[in-house]
Amino acid sequence: MHELSVCQALLGQVAEIAKKRGASAVERITIEVGPLSGIEPALLASAFSILRAGGCAAQAQLSIESTMVSVDCAGCGARSPAEPNRLVCAVCGGFRTRIIAGDELRLRRVELRVPQSRSALTV
Amino acid sequence: MCQTCGCAVTPENSRTGAVIEVLQDLLSANNQVAAHNREHFDEHGVLAINLMSSPGAGKTALLEATIVALRDRYRIAVIEGDLETDNDAARIRAHGVPAIQITTGTACHLDAGLVHRALHDLPLAGLDLLFIENVGNLVCPASFDLGQHRNVTLLSVTEGDDKPAKYPVIFRASDLVVLSKADLLDVLEDFDPARAAAALRALGRDTPMIHTAARRAPALGPWLDWLELQLSAWRPVAHGTRSMIAAPAGA
Repeated sequence: MHELSVCQALLGQVAEIAKKRGASAVERITIEVGPLSGIEPALLASAFSILRAGGCAAQAQLSIESTMVSVDCAGCGARSPAEPNRLVCAVCGGFRTRIIAGDELRLRRVELRVPQSRSALTV
Repeated sequence: MCQTCGCAVTPENSRTGAVIEVLQDLLSANNQVAAHNREHFDEHGVLAINLMSSPGAGKTALLEATIVALRDRYRIAVIEGDLETDNDAARIRAHGVPAIQITTGTACHLDAGLVHRALHDLPLAGLDLLFIENVGNLVCPASFDLGQHRNVTLLSVTEGDDKPAKYPVIFRASDLVVLSKADLLDVLEDFDPARAAAALRALGRDTPMIHTAARRAPALGPWLDWLELQLSAWRPVAHGTRSMIAAPAGA
């Protein structure tokens, strides 16, 4: 259940960004999770629902964007889709491949609520 | 301004949304500490190997046999990760090498911060080789860089030969896969090393797979050869030349 550790790291990053921007609250957090990240999105979502309490993201929505696995072949140069446990080249069958997508575990976007300063309101 | 009548807007109701594009790895804090650990290892010319497997695959037994075989030529230390007990560290210390036990409580993996704290209790300057025995688990340890130079994953032949297909993340991140307890292959008809090798190959890396039997010294040859090869590739770093060892796979 390392999703708890990952979720703590996520909330730490979000809190830092919110503080730096002077946000009063976090409205939405968007993350990318690939099938090869080693993270189970459903477990991360339930960890989030527990750990967000009491912080600046207490009311925030978590959007998890899944990515597809794709690989580049070192043999024939083709880029092809792949399965997490079958990462060979779909074109030539070569097994020397590089993962291009599918291992993401990334904070993509944070949407904040920022109070307008009183001075900005004075016309 | 309110759009209905043009009155002044109260501060409470006037909020602006800000959308911040971040694109930052969720484990970037861990990765920074891992990079720091790696700097420590590089500075002292210590080769760090992260040993992973499911519980009971024989990590500690392999380390005990390795220490006996290599302790006259290399200065070795071990960091042990377990949920509870310091049994494994005690087994290692009985062979006369330093061992630091990290008990993680309920955490299912080691992270870079835990390893960093353990490093303060280790005489890094006097070491050639540091083994980090991760918590027995084929899922969680794969996600956390510790600062190691090499990942080694044990697959004991008492498990299924389809483990690489079931746990692709950890096996793809491995620089070496060790089929442990291989002396039992004769009596375990269900485990086919060729099927395990095919499942590993399907993960798209040319990861070597070797057999060991830690309770039978002659069967350690390929493992010790592999270690010696990594150590010799490592040596130039200690003399201040460019690192010959790339960052670990999956980092």
